[in-house]
Amino acid sequence: MNKDIKVENVRLVDGISSKKAALGTLYLTATHVIFVENAPDTRKETWILHSQISTIEKQATTATGCPLLVRCKNFQLLQLVIPQERDCHDVYISLLRLARPVKYEELYCFSFNPKLDREEREQGWMLIDLSEEYKRMGLPNNYWQLSDVNRDYRVCDSYPTQLYVPKSATAHIIVGSSKFRSRRRFPALSYYYKDNHVSICRSSQPLSGFSARCLEDEQMLQAIRKASPGSDFIYVVDTRPKLNAMANRAAGKGYENEDNYSNIKFQFIGIENIHVMRNSLQKMLEVCELKSPSMSDFLWGLENSGWLRHIKAIMDAGIFIAKAVSEEGASVLVHCSDGWDRTAQACSVAGLLLDPHYRTLKGFMVLIEKDWISFGHKFNHRYGNLDGDPREISPVIDQFIECVWQLMEQFPCAFEFNERFLIHIQHHIYSCQFGNFLCNSQKERQELKIQERTYSLWAHLWKNRGDYLNPLFRDDPSQTQGTLHLPTMPCNFMYKFWSGMYNRFEKGLQPRQSVTDYLMAVKEETQQLEEELEALEERLERIQKVQLNRTQVKSKQSEPSKHSGFSTSDNSTANTPQDYSGNMKSFPSRSPSQGDEDSALILTQDNLKSSDPDLSANSDQESGVEDLSCRSPSGGECVPGEDSGKDRDSDEAVFLTA
Amino acid sequence: MEFAELIKTPRVDNVVLHRPFYPAVEGTLCLTGHHLILSSRQDNTEELWLLHSNIDAIDKRFVGPLGTIIIKCKDFRIIQLDIPGMEECLNIASSIEALSTLDSITLMYPFFYRPMFEVIEDGWHSFLPEQEFELYSSATSEWRLSYVNKEFAVCPSYPPIVIVPKAIDDEALRKVATFRHGGRFPVLSYYHKKNGMVIMRSGQPLTGTNGRRCKEDEKLINATLRAGKRGYIIDTRPLNVAQQARAKGGGFEQEAHYPQWRRIHKSIERYHILQESLIKLVEACNDQTHNMDRWLSRLEASNWLTHIKEILTTACLAAQCLDREGASILIHGTEGTDSTLQVTSLAQIILEPRSRTIQGFEALIEREWLQAGHPFQQRCAQSAYCNSKQKWESPVFLLFLDCVWQILRQFPCSFEFNENLLIMLFEHAYASQFGTFLGNNESERCKLKLQQKTMSLWSWVNRPSELSKFANPLFEANNLVIWPSVAPQSLQLWEGIFLRWNRSSKYLDEAYEEMVNIIEYNKELQAKVNILRRQLAELETEDGMQESP
Repeated sequence: MNKDIKVENVRLVDGISSKKAALGTLYLTATHVIFVENAPDTRKETWILHSQISTIEKQATTATGCPLLVRCKNFQLLQLVIPQERDCHDVYISLLRLARPVKYEELYCFSFNPKLDREEREQGWMLIDLSEEYKRMGLPNNYWQLSDVNRDYRVCDSYPTQLYVPKSATAHIIVGSSKFRSRRRFPALSYYYKDNHVSICRSSQPLSGFSARCLEDEQMLQAIRKASPGSDFIYVVDTRPKLNAMANRAAGKGYENEDNYSNIKFQFIGIENIHVMRNSLQKMLEVCELKSPSMSDFLWGLENSGWLRHIKAIMDAGIFIAKAVSEEGASVLVHCSDGWDRTAQACSVAGLLLDPHYRTLKGFMVLIEKDWISFGHKFNHRYGNLDGDPREISPVIDQFIECVWQLMEQFPCAFEFNERFLIHIQHHIYSCQFGNFLCNSQKERQELKIQERTYSLWAHLWKNRGDYLNPLFRDDPSQTQGTLHLPTMPCNFMYKFWSGMYNRFEKGLQPRQSVTDYLMAVKEETQQLEEELEALEERLERIQKVQLNRTQVKSKQSEPSKHSGFSTSDNSTANTPQDYSGNMKSFPSRSPSQGDEDSALILTQDNLKSSDPDLSANSDQESGVEDLSCRSPSGGECVPGEDSGKDRDSDEAVFLTA
Repeated sequence: MEFAELIKTPRVDNVVLHRPFYPAVEGTLCLTGHHLILSSRQDNTEELWLLHSNIDAIDKRFVGPLGTIIIKCKDFRIIQLDIPGMEECLNIASSIEALSTLDSITLMYPFFYRPMFEVIEDGWHSFLPEQEFELYSSATSEWRLSYVNKEFAVCPSYPPIVIVPKAIDDEALRKVATFRHGGRFPVLSYYHKKNGMVIMRSGQPLTGTNGRRCKEDEKLINATLRAGKRGYIIDTRPLNVAQQARAKGGGFEQEAHYPQWRRIHKSIERYHILQESLIKLVEACNDQTHNMDRWLSRLEASNWLTHIKEILTTACLAAQCLDREGASILIHGTEGTDSTLQVTSLAQIILEPRSRTIQGFEALIEREWLQAGHPFQQRCAQSAYCNSKQKWESPVFLLFLDCVWQILRQFPCSFEFNENLLIMLFEHAYASQFGTFLGNNESERCKLKLQQKTMSLWSWVNRPSELSKFANPLFEANNLVIWPSVAPQSLQLWEGIFLRWNRSSKYLDEAYEEMVNIIEYNKELQAKVNILRRQLAELETEDGMQESP
């Protein structure tokens, strides 16, 4: 293990729009990069988990030192300026090594200790129980049963051991079908839609090549169809672009031939592969990193990245499946190539549209546990937890999480959880602080004894659920009842750039007052008022009983005194002016040459950094007061809880509400 | 002229109305002098009441004997009428065309409208300049009201009463007026109580190519500076445009003659460039056939958000000069009736908490737009569907409202009003039963006798029943300056205006309703708790008195 490194007089520039550099000391520990500011009154600390580090870039040395640019997987961007070249090199080399662990045991979750005893840890792991979930769906029933065919991962090592399959699918059929599917990922149940008795199943692509067929696989699909007696066909949805699927045929893989399978309707939905998605995100992040971009720079960049087009493709897949299941009453088999990326996206978006349960806090955890964790989404490879092939890395689950946010924007009352919940889940997929997302499959996790050696994120989130509630969530009315109906027209304008995620550390770009936090505080106060009201009524009743025979009391109408619970602390708006003036400097101390007016103008335009707010910030009480920000009970953007997120920085000020 | 002459077919039966997100309705179509009315004659079916003046353009087409008229409204709505009978259809179409483009203002609906509501306060007298000045006069004695423009002789686009530096007499003002475009001499727009700095606005100085100067002009604006202090002049035009203006007799303040002032050039677009931008944007929003990428590039190509960013940035810069640099500023472009007003009014939204209240915002519209002489009649004559390409049509006011919405989105708790107030103002600026937005300036409004002959919009808005629709439930008074972000990531398309007719707002309305419920319920409980507390306190005192005699 590396020895801890400590470098003094390092300057930290946090974020793209930040103009200030903080002077402090940099520490590298086994798990974190820690920066402690020198400023004696604050000693502000910035903690970055090594596993969050995406890239480290050594930039050209300047007069002030050697800059290191650190990009994080949670979209944080830090620039460290280290005075000595030698120190900079040491830090760089150490970080390169620390950010790319080679053994699981090096990851933070194996040293993270939230001070819970064994029993609490075990209970934490039991919070989300998939067998309960299948029961909730109404399984097993006359048509579906739990199969033990994959006991000890005998058939498919990236599948879970507990799988639901049609009753009529014998072990012979399943094994036969698995041999005809990439990585033996045979069709298995992902979701059962009780209302119509139809299913969403998932698998990998068939090894059909140009003409191969497999009787058992055909029987397997037939068994799925027969398990929904009300429907005489099933959809087979291939989530890849047709061209990609065709190319796979040359490699002996491919897609189902409608002639060989009885009663299937085959449908392509063009979600691009992981490499396209990785590049797309890269391009979009480059746009986010632009310094003072124009509107055109931004919109062009966003369009060229193709990111929102990809998000829409994933949504379209989910919408297609949800419609087939709820409106046409037809079962659907979903696959892509290996059936662990696009298939997971499509199935989970469809589930979210179809079932209100998945739009609750716990239900959403179940959904990720079911469609992603248990079905062998390769978290380790996709999110680069261990040092590996960079071409395996791709923001697959990030895209799903964004789809959820896009839906939340359109159905503000349909989700029990808020944006912060999504952001924190994204953070922890990369943080490796909890064991949930480790490894590439259930099998690997079992071998590593994850549940005995690490803690569960779900328990942690559940414990802090107060921070993650959506105050607008309605338990009963139209939008939480059943399916979310999206317009059938291609409303592209519905898909928006998610600044709260990709620019989440650029606080200046976010709305300065959070409606969610405001309403949560109101609701909290309402609850206290309800309790107080009850207590008051009780007391009143008691006293009135005592006074029953005494004087009748006339109570005057009283003007209600303003209840001060939350209202005072909230509205101060965190806020200092931004750079509105491009590159203008403050007044030049000397009047520019007076004769030539045009040269004077050039001065005005370019050199007159008039309104750098920092000039006056210190002397101005407002900058202090305004930094109080809007109410933010859980610290807004700061990383959750007691964990990695010792990101005390800017949010500290938020709480100075006194 | 009689409207009847223009109405060849006053009614047609069996007309089918198609609107977005509503089922088609069959009914009887009636044309009146000012309205297009469709009545289904079923009590519970909504009818169409459309002001002719809200119609921006119409298309007609025929399939056999069935005619179809597509009506494109100034509020961007598109509706379709299927009319049986070619002759009827042609008649209706030509009537609509004539009635929606009446030449004479006095034939417009506000002159015929008889309100069905009780006027609590006459809006024509709600925001008198004297009252507005009183708000300042307690803080400063350096300014005075001037009646120099009483007869609109000095500046035809100014109101009769303006606020000017006390040190400058009316004679000097007359001289300055001859040196400023349209006679628009520098007047006070905003007084920042915190540090006594001001925003002034004017037309461009008429320096011409030979660098004409005007001592009174220099004296006037210098009179607003404290000893040893400097000020900023924000010219809303880019430098090259300002330079070109000299050839036409215009120009800008030259360094040599205004040594205490620093000039900053910004580039806020005007006229048809904005109009084309609006046309492109609305076209993109209405086109639902394109794919994701084309939507973004069309949004980009419209340049609408670029204009928003530029206007907001300039307003923030002005506010920053005032509040952070402690400097006074003068703002102008060419005429000083468009981009100038966008900047001065938005700077006040940022700086002045009062302008974020309903009353204060109305006062701002009255002062900085209506009395300041923004030519509403010209600018709002046509909207996104017109193809007249007149230079004077331009969505300057809509851009201002959009900018306010952007700030409101970033500070959802700091405004007393909600988005509905902004949408309502947009609608009434383009088509209204009220006289408020008629005419191009106070002088024209006086001649039209609008105060006597029409009803003020404010008379209608400022009644409790209407006001409740515009109140923001999240509002909590915030006395601080609010600095919005102008980064592209922070600016969004105003869906409430531009996608209003293209998407269902059902779920968003539901969310708004829920928000109101949460807050109302909280208030209700607070009131109950307070009453009980009081009761209890009284009971306990009496109890105590009785038990310890």
